[in-house]
Amino acid sequence: MIYVVLALVVWGIGWWGNAKLANGPHADRQLVQLGIPVIFGLTILIMWELLVHGLSVSLVILPPPSQIAVRFASSLSILWADFTQTILKGALGGYIIGCLAAILVAVLIDRSDFLRRGLLPVGNFVAALPIVGTAPILVMWFGFDWHSKAAVVVVMVFFPMLVNTVAGLRETDAMQRDLMQTYAASYWQSFFKLRLPAALPFIFNGLKISTTLALIGAIVAEFFGSPTVGMGFRISTSVGQLALDMVWAEIVVAALAGSLFYGLMAALERALTFWHPSQRGRS
Amino acid sequence: MKTVMSVLAVLAVIVAFWYAACVPMNIKGVLDAAERAGEHVTPAAARDRRDAGALGLVAGNTFVIARSWSVDRPRLPAPHQVAMELWETTVEKKITSKRSLIYHGKITLSSTLLGFAIGTGLGVLLAVGIVHSKVMDMSVMPWAIVSQTIPIIALAPMIIVVLYSVGVQGLLPKAIIAAYLSFFPVVVGMVKGLRSPDHMQLDLLKTYGANTAQGFWKLRLPSSMPYLFASLKIGIAASLVGAIVGELPTGAVAGFGARLLAGSYYGQTVQIWSALFAAAILAASLVAILGLVERLILARMGVKS
Repeated sequence: MIYVVLALVVWGIGWWGNAKLANGPHADRQLVQLGIPVIFGLTILIMWELLVHGLSVSLVILPPPSQIAVRFASSLSILWADFTQTILKGALGGYIIGCLAAILVAVLIDRSDFLRRGLLPVGNFVAALPIVGTAPILVMWFGFDWHSKAAVVVVMVFFPMLVNTVAGLRETDAMQRDLMQTYAASYWQSFFKLRLPAALPFIFNGLKISTTLALIGAIVAEFFGSPTVGMGFRISTSVGQLALDMVWAEIVVAALAGSLFYGLMAALERALTFWHPSQRGRS
Repeated sequence: MKTVMSVLAVLAVIVAFWYAACVPMNIKGVLDAAERAGEHVTPAAARDRRDAGALGLVAGNTFVIARSWSVDRPRLPAPHQVAMELWETTVEKKITSKRSLIYHGKITLSSTLLGFAIGTGLGVLLAVGIVHSKVMDMSVMPWAIVSQTIPIIALAPMIIVVLYSVGVQGLLPKAIIAAYLSFFPVVVGMVKGLRSPDHMQLDLLKTYGANTAQGFWKLRLPSSMPYLFASLKIGIAASLVGAIVGELPTGAVAGFGARLLAGSYYGQTVQIWSALFAAAILAASLVAILGLVERLILARMGVKS
């Protein structure tokens, strides 16, 4: 009981502190803007810990964060093996292939008005479909190892990437293209010097959307069959053994990998599209 | 009109490519069957065929090409096989039959819609809170944005099993997965939408002496509609994926996810493909319905599309 009361007290203190900070005079400072969500997250974690103890929640329903952390620290080698299998091989391999293929196809499509009119609606349509469902088929074709996961990721990231790149390549206006023409620029010169840079914000939008899709594809594909290593495999078998602390540890890995992957793309975007209005003044 | 023609042309190319791909994909199985039936195939030994390239086999055995489009358990079923399976399992089977895709579709659809309703409802509520409370904005919003970069669908198997162990099963666990997958996109989109009125408009309402509630109902909510619908479309697609994935760990009882899993266990490729297409059709219709509602509402509001 004391734990439950304590949890409520922690919640009260956390919220009160955040309210003080948010409505205080320093709310615009970067430190405060970073600190408030961190305090909020910590409050939730402490409450989780206290409530699990206080209400004596069974371990097979919700393990406390402390136990997840212990499990995380004690099975680093397993987690690392799963990470390499699923993220580095499956997700990243498929991501690179899928994104490159989509960009190349987009450049081809862009050269032909007919193809653009025909393929874009199809691409838009496919981008909204539950493509994860192709996982069983691709697992059947490419076997249980990471190749099939990479294939699922390729199919998942291809269409969002394609639609974004094609939209980006149409971003330049007639004035700019005419200017290139008056400079007697060839197709590829105007492509690399004008249209590709102008398309970069769109391409990076696609790349950022695709990071999450890649992880989803790689993990979900492992539910349909995998070797005895991999995050999706570990999650589904640990759930079967009711080892929920292991499941949560894998989810922590997935969350870290997802944010890191996204963060890398965002950093790359900032480095390459520093000239764009949405990036200016952030430095 | 030109667009329709080019879309049709692209679709025709895709179907033609599909038929062409069926031949090398299925050639080995077809040749094995032909050999067992006593026909002459090149190369004759099964071991040689296993190591040979698929395209070379096609070139050496042109007489089996037509057969590769009607294999019983193909690696890649031909489009007409999928279409026939779809027709048989939707129109010809009774709706109550366990083999009817409509039966499975209804199960997936009901958990999708229930989850979508819960997720969007809560999402809109949280967005309203975020827009009106600075504390909530600063503490919750960063997490809502971060959550979009995380494959939270990995939680799905655990939710199913945990809820099962506390006695909740059936529709609700899948709906919860569908709900939290649609929740975050709706929160982010709705916050953007509720913030879309600019200072001029907000100031105008203030000079009219409007209070916060009036400002919300008369300005913020109407101007958030385009953003809301954009995120609803993302949300319902995510809900459907969540419902399908949620059906996987329950041991494949019913629903599209169960059809996919059962198909992959028993090598019923035609069944997988037809379930996949049925799910695709369902997703497309859900998004189309939302698009229609959006058009109607925006037209009532006087927005020109």
